Amino acid sequence: MRITYIYDGSLEALLTGVFEWFERKPGPVQLRNSNLHQPDAFLEEFTVVADRAKADRVWSALQKKLDRGWMRRIYCAFLSEQPDVQQHLFDLVCYLFQNEKGAENNFGNEHVLAVSQSAKKVEREKHRMEAFIRFQETAEGMFYCGIDPDFNVLPLISNHFRKRYADQQWIIYDLKRKYGLYYDLSTVEEIEMELSPEALKPNVGAGILSGKEELYALLWKDYFNSTNIPARKNTKLHVQHVPKRYWKYLTEKQP
Amino acid sequence: MSERIREKLNILADAAKYDVSCSSSGSNRKNTNKGLGDASSSGICHTYTADGRCVSLLKILLTNHCIFDCAYCVSRKSNDIERAAFTVEEVVSLTMNFYRRNYIEGLFLSSGIFKNADFTMERLLKVVKKLRLEENFNGYIHLKTIPGASEELITEAGMYADRMSINLEMPTESGLKLLAPDKSHQEVIDPLTLVQNQIVQFKEEKKLIKSVPKFVPAGQSTQMVIGATPESDKDIMHTAAAFYKNLGLKRVYYSGYIPISNDSRLPVIGTQPPLIRENRLYQTDWLMRFYGFNVNELLNDANPHLDVDIDPKLSWALRNLQYFPVDVNVASYKMILRIPGVGVSSAKKIVQARKFGRLRIDQLRKIGVSFNRARHFMQCADTPPQLRDYQSTQIKSFILAESESKYKKSTNNQLILF
Repeated sequence: MRITYIYDGSLEALLTGVFEWFERKPGPVQLRNSNLHQPDAFLEEFTVVADRAKADRVWSALQKKLDRGWMRRIYCAFLSEQPDVQQHLFDLVCYLFQNEKGAENNFGNEHVLAVSQSAKKVEREKHRMEAFIRFQETAEGMFYCGIDPDFNVLPLISNHFRKRYADQQWIIYDLKRKYGLYYDLSTVEEIEMELSPEALKPNVGAGILSGKEELYALLWKDYFNSTNIPARKNTKLHVQHVPKRYWKYLTEKQP
Repeated sequence: MSERIREKLNILADAAKYDVSCSSSGSNRKNTNKGLGDASSSGICHTYTADGRCVSLLKILLTNHCIFDCAYCVSRKSNDIERAAFTVEEVVSLTMNFYRRNYIEGLFLSSGIFKNADFTMERLLKVVKKLRLEENFNGYIHLKTIPGASEELITEAGMYADRMSINLEMPTESGLKLLAPDKSHQEVIDPLTLVQNQIVQFKEEKKLIKSVPKFVPAGQSTQMVIGATPESDKDIMHTAAAFYKNLGLKRVYYSGYIPISNDSRLPVIGTQPPLIRENRLYQTDWLMRFYGFNVNELLNDANPHLDVDIDPKLSWALRNLQYFPVDVNVASYKMILRIPGVGVSSAKKIVQARKFGRLRIDQLRKIGVSFNRARHFMQCADTPPQLRDYQSTQIKSFILAESESKYKKSTNNQLILF
């Protein structure tokens, strides 16, 4: 019978869980997020309490085993927020500590493969956000965009936008996870805003936008249309590259 | 004011769209002094047009006035179309404002030739200098080199651009002479060589002195028009291979000719652009650059044309069955890469994973091998024993029977008699 480890969904708790597992070695573990958990009289349970010191020990031990690419993969897979991936992540970390250095290259192992494939999906979503975010300039000169990405990619895109848009103030707000990034011309901060339900859209209303915004949005739509070659129309390829769920962000796709 | 700029943008974006180069990758330019922009080394495609091509740069002509009369070009002198020209300020403000809204990665600036080559190159140079020096713009700039412009102007432009390119247009000299009697391949090769030599020289100096500025960090590219003149696939790819080898190009683009003229030397208007052929040429290009194939293996006198119904890698494998089946648990990376249905990332994973034990079919499938195709050409730990050898025609029919080609509709335009 698998023992159930209940944790709060944070990376810290997951790593603490690994620490606790090696203290006890209880065999295979079922990982369960505390807000999804329903107590079961016939199952053995163990509640993992996130412990910074224990998590840090596991993380730095991992750093000794893995290169930077793999550390990033582990972080990305965690940001996918999916329960089955968290389970693979837990099993992968245990597997890595039980084997010699280099075990992360065993792509025949299901946990190695699942984590690296999930990390790839998260990186793809990150890249899509870097591509599909469209800022709108408000009257105060703030560049704003609201997003609801499949995975929690804000921590991954922060650097990209900070380096790129160093001379303008901007906000990227995750409407689903209810937090955002705000750049004030020197640093990026995490912010939380009180938004009314009608503000929960990628595009804000015309009322608060800068005067030039409408012109450039129009010019961009014009450009998008004139650069198309009708003789080569290929809708399937178009939708494959820009899946419909992202159209709501795109200025060029707005009527 | 805004009406006029809209009109200009429509004309000059429309005229620039036949240049298929879209890449914004390969540059390592960093944002300096809190300016705008920071090149992304992998490039970013910000959107895709309805024809499925990526849009990463604001691709426009400075003007579509041109003193040349090349039959394949929409901006040729004799063509009766609307003409327009941007001012330097207009291009700069469009680029800056589009970039600020995360619409684009940068600017792709080309131009028709007005007055002469030097005059045109000077105007292009003015735009990039204003962007880099006055606006502190660090995004990607792809600049056309104007053949015939002076060495000083071209070298100066290279100090500000990330990529430079000149289009070869027709894959062979004879094809070019037919459609553009004023032009020659040598006119393209000379400036490409000039820039390439400078790139090498700057790189050498950079090794010794750290402060040497960047010079065309994303390299050079060129483009060939496919299907306007009767070259074989062999001619095209051998020309491309020579350009990759001799001029160190980053990319060669193949652009299926879209009929835009009633000239009797060209396909008539309304002819479908050769999209499958274009696709097969790109596949061959990839095999040359990433799969270790030599162009002679894929296209030679015995096989001057690529197959339409199957891709060039499968077609090579079917012609060379003596190399197969390849045992993925012992073969070299180079050989695994040649198995149809195995790509670069699968091949790398296989080589890593087999150190931990002999690989099985289910593992290969999960790794990402397209097994239905690959199984005819490989062996692994649990491959069932095969009692007879199949002919290449039989293998081809097995693969075609179980795969759904995206081009199925268009390959059937040949009449079937029996």
